[in-house]
Amino acid sequence: MTSSDVIRFDRISKTFGSVAANRAISLAVKAGEIHALLGENGSGKTTLVNMLSGIYSPDSGDIFVYGKREYFHSPRDAIRLGIGMIHQHFKLVAPMTALENIIIGQNGSLFIGKKGVSVKIRELSARFGLEVDPDKRIDDMSIGEKQTVEILKVLYRGARVLILDEPTAVLTPQEIVRLFSILRRMKDEGCTIILITHKLHEVMDVADRITVLRRGEKIGTLEKTETSIGELTDMMVGRAVSLEIERSDVAERKPIFETRGLSVRGRDSLRAISDLSFTLSSGEILGVAGIAGSGQRELCESIMGLLPIEKGEILFRGENLAGRKTAEIIKRGISMGFVPEDRLGMGLVAKMGMVDNLILKDYRFQPGFFIDRSPARARAKKMIEDLEIQTPGINTPVKQLSGGNIQKVLLGRELGSDPEILITAYPVRGLDINSSYTIFNLLNAQKEKGKAVLFIGEDLDVLLELCDRILVLSGGIAKGILDARTATKEELGLMMLGRTEKEASPIAAH
Amino acid sequence: MPPIKIRKRTETGGVRSFVIRATAILAALVVTAAFIALLGKNPIDVYASMVTGALGNPHRLRETIIRAVPLVVTSLGIAIAFKMKFWNIGADGQIIMGAFGASYFALNCPNLPQPLLLLVMAAAGMVAGGLWAFIPAFFKARFGTNETLFTLMMNYVAQKWVTYLQYGPWKDPKAIGFPKIPNFVDNAILPKVFGVHIGWIIALILVAVVHVFMKRTKRGYEIAVVGESVDTARYAGMNVRGIILSALFASGALCGLAGMIQASAVSNTLAVDISGGAGYTAIITTWLAQLSAPAIVIVSFLFAVLVQGGSYIQTAFQIPQAAAQILQGMILFFVLGSEFFVNYRVAFGRTVAPSESEVPEEFKVPAAYDEPASPEAVKTTKGGSRG
Repeated sequence: MTSSDVIRFDRISKTFGSVAANRAISLAVKAGEIHALLGENGSGKTTLVNMLSGIYSPDSGDIFVYGKREYFHSPRDAIRLGIGMIHQHFKLVAPMTALENIIIGQNGSLFIGKKGVSVKIRELSARFGLEVDPDKRIDDMSIGEKQTVEILKVLYRGARVLILDEPTAVLTPQEIVRLFSILRRMKDEGCTIILITHKLHEVMDVADRITVLRRGEKIGTLEKTETSIGELTDMMVGRAVSLEIERSDVAERKPIFETRGLSVRGRDSLRAISDLSFTLSSGEILGVAGIAGSGQRELCESIMGLLPIEKGEILFRGENLAGRKTAEIIKRGISMGFVPEDRLGMGLVAKMGMVDNLILKDYRFQPGFFIDRSPARARAKKMIEDLEIQTPGINTPVKQLSGGNIQKVLLGRELGSDPEILITAYPVRGLDINSSYTIFNLLNAQKEKGKAVLFIGEDLDVLLELCDRILVLSGGIAKGILDARTATKEELGLMMLGRTEKEASPIAAH
Repeated sequence: MPPIKIRKRTETGGVRSFVIRATAILAALVVTAAFIALLGKNPIDVYASMVTGALGNPHRLRETIIRAVPLVVTSLGIAIAFKMKFWNIGADGQIIMGAFGASYFALNCPNLPQPLLLLVMAAAGMVAGGLWAFIPAFFKARFGTNETLFTLMMNYVAQKWVTYLQYGPWKDPKAIGFPKIPNFVDNAILPKVFGVHIGWIIALILVAVVHVFMKRTKRGYEIAVVGESVDTARYAGMNVRGIILSALFASGALCGLAGMIQASAVSNTLAVDISGGAGYTAIITTWLAQLSAPAIVIVSFLFAVLVQGGSYIQTAFQIPQAAAQILQGMILFFVLGSEFFVNYRVAFGRTVAPSESEVPEEFKVPAAYDEPASPEAVKTTKGGSRG
C-alpha cells in the first residue's frame, strides 16, 4: 500500500446464507480521486461500501483508513473517520428545512444556534458550489435539490470521503451534469469520492479510476484514460454483449387505443394529469418519459380504472373505458404490469408464492365457487423454465426472490394473458443487464405479435432504443411525442423539464 | 458494552418459529410458577392438578370440551377477519347479539318442532352476529373508521342492550322480581351426543368448512389478497369493499353462532355474561393458532384445559382462579413478545451475520427497524465518539 490510500479494503469476504456477496475483495482508494465502483446489480458494490457504515461487518478481511486498521460498528464510526455515505434513497425529514435536516442527530447543546449553522452551511455551499436555500422545506424541493442537501449534510459533519450509491438513478440528464460538476469541484477541494454505479457513460464521464465487480469478485481496477466502454462492459458482464436493444419493425399498425383530453387527480386530490391526448397503435411500443412523479403512475392507474377520471375519454377500439370497473378493463385485454417504487406494492402479493400470484387476475374467470390451482401450478413451472426464474419452488413467497426474478414473474403473468395492450412501468428497474434484455425481448415479441405496449421508462437510452415513439410528460402535461429514431437525449431531458417540443429541438435552441 | 444489533429476518423458518413460540410458553409457565411459589404452593403440584382437574375423569373432560366449543367457533370467526387484517375484537358483542337473535325465537316460538326451532335460532344468531360485525365493517369500508375501537365499543352496546332486556321487556314475570330472562323450553335446547351438546360436532364441521373456504375458494383467496395489500387487490380488479363487508359478515355470523350455542346448550337462556369472556380469549387462541383452522382446535382445547384446570385449583388449593388467568395473560404476553424474535434476529458483538442482503421496503415494521439497508436501521447501544 502507499501512503496516499485513504481507504483500503483488504481481502474482504461476506456471505449471506449461500450467497457470496463479496469474495476476497481488495481495493485501495487514493486521496483526492473519484473512484467508481462499477458492476451490475447484485455484484456486491453496495455490500462492500456498507461495511464502512457498520451496516454489515466483513466475515473476513480488514479495512484500513489512512493506513490504520479500523472497525465499523455504526455510521458514527464512519463519520468520526470523515467518511460520509449518500444513499440511493434519501434520508431526509420531509416537513423540515434543509438546515434542520443538516443538524439532525448532531451532538451539541440543548439549543440550536441556527445562525452559526446557517453561516457554516453557506460557507460550505459556496466552497463546493452547492446551491441550497437552508430555509427551504424538503417537501418543496426537487430531487436534485434533495440530493444536494444530502451531500451538504455529510460535508457539514466533516466528511472528507464521500460515497454515493447510484446517485444518478433519480436525476434528469441536466441534474446529472450538475451533480458531476459538484463532484469535480469537491475533488478539487481535496475530497475523495467513491461513486457506485452501473452506468458506463457516467463512469467514463466523471471517474478517475474504475473498479469493476462481478458476482462478488473484483475483476480489476483501471485508469479511466486507459480503458473503454467496450472493455468495461466485457468486465462487468463477463462476455461481450451488444449494448444495442433490437427494435423490430412491424409493418402493419392500426391505432387501437386513444386518450382524449384526459385529466386525472391523484390520490392527494391534486391534478396529476391535464388534458392528455395520445394514440397507441398495435405493433408499437410507445414510451413515456418524464421525471418521477410527472403523472406516469396516475396515467397507468386511470387507464386501469383505479383512479377516477375527471375529464376526457379513454377509447379502446372505439369504446369509452372511462368510468369502467377494473375487472371489466382487464377482461377487455388491457393488462398492466406496474412496478411501483416498492416493486411489490402493487401487482404481486409479496407473501404469496408464484402459483397464488399467477391466479391473481384470472381466478375469477374460473367457474364456480372454488379455485383450481393446478393449471397455475403447471404455468408456474413452465414460466420458471421459459424465463429462467430462480426460485426455490413455485410456492415460495415471491418476496424472497431477487428483483429480477420478481419482475419476470410479474411480466410473465401479464404476458400470459396475451393482452391486447400491455402497460408496463419501470420493468427493468434494478435489474442486471441479462434480465433486462430478457424483458426487452418479451416486450418486442409482444409488439411483433401485433399487440400494443405502453412502456413507462426512466433510462433515456433504453427509451430511445426500444420504443417507436416517446411521449414526454412534465408535470402531468404532454410536452410532445417524439420519434424515437430521431430524438436525442438532450431533447428528451429538456422536455422532461418542461420545455415544449419546439423549444427543445436543436434547431430552435438558438 | 458490546453493541446489540437487530435485523429483520426475511426467510421464514417454520421450525424456528415453532421453537421460539414454544420457548415463550415455557417461559410463561416458569414465571407463573414463581408467582404460585410466592403464594406458598408447589407450582408443579398446582400445574399437575390443573391437568387432572381438566382431563382427570370423563365428567371433567366433558366440561373442558364444553368450554372449548365456543372458543373454537369464535376463533374461526375471528380468523376470517384477521386474515384480512381487519382487527375484529368485537367477537364478544357478536356472541351476545347472536345469543340475542337466537333467544328471540326461543322465547317467542316455543311451540315449533325442535329441529326447526334450532335451525331458526341458529340462522337468527348468525344474522344478528353478522350484522353486529357488518356495522363497523361498513363504516371502515366507507369512511375508514378504526375497526379496533369500533368493534370494541360495539361490545359494550351489546352488553347494555341485553342488560336492558333483562331488566325491562324480557324480564321473567315468574322470577318474582329477580331480573332474569326466562329459561328456554326444551325444544330450544341443543341435544347431546356422548354426553356433550352437539355444539362440538358443529364446531368440528365448521373447522373443516372454514379451512376449505380459506384455502380453496375464490372468496377465501380474495380475503387473503386484501389482507396482504389492498392496492394489489384493487389492481386485480377485486371489489375490495364487497370483500370486506361479506368477510366481516361471515366473521360475525360465526361468533353469533357461538352465541346461539352457548345460549341454547349452556345457559338455556340469554344473559349478559353469556360469552364467558370467550370473545376475548378467542382473540388469543386465534393468534396463537396463526389463523389456521386446524390449529385453532388444538389451541382452543388447550386453553379450555387452562380455564377448566384454573377453576379446579381454586377448590383444590384455595388459590383464586385468577392465578390461572395470570397464566393465560403470561402466555399471551410472552407469545406476543416472542413475535419479535420470530421476525428479527438479535446479535451481540461485532460479528453480526445478517441473514439477508436485501429486504423489500414495503414490509413496514416498527419504525426504527424498517429499512435494514440504511444505517439508521441498525440499533446499537455502543456510544461511539463523534466527529
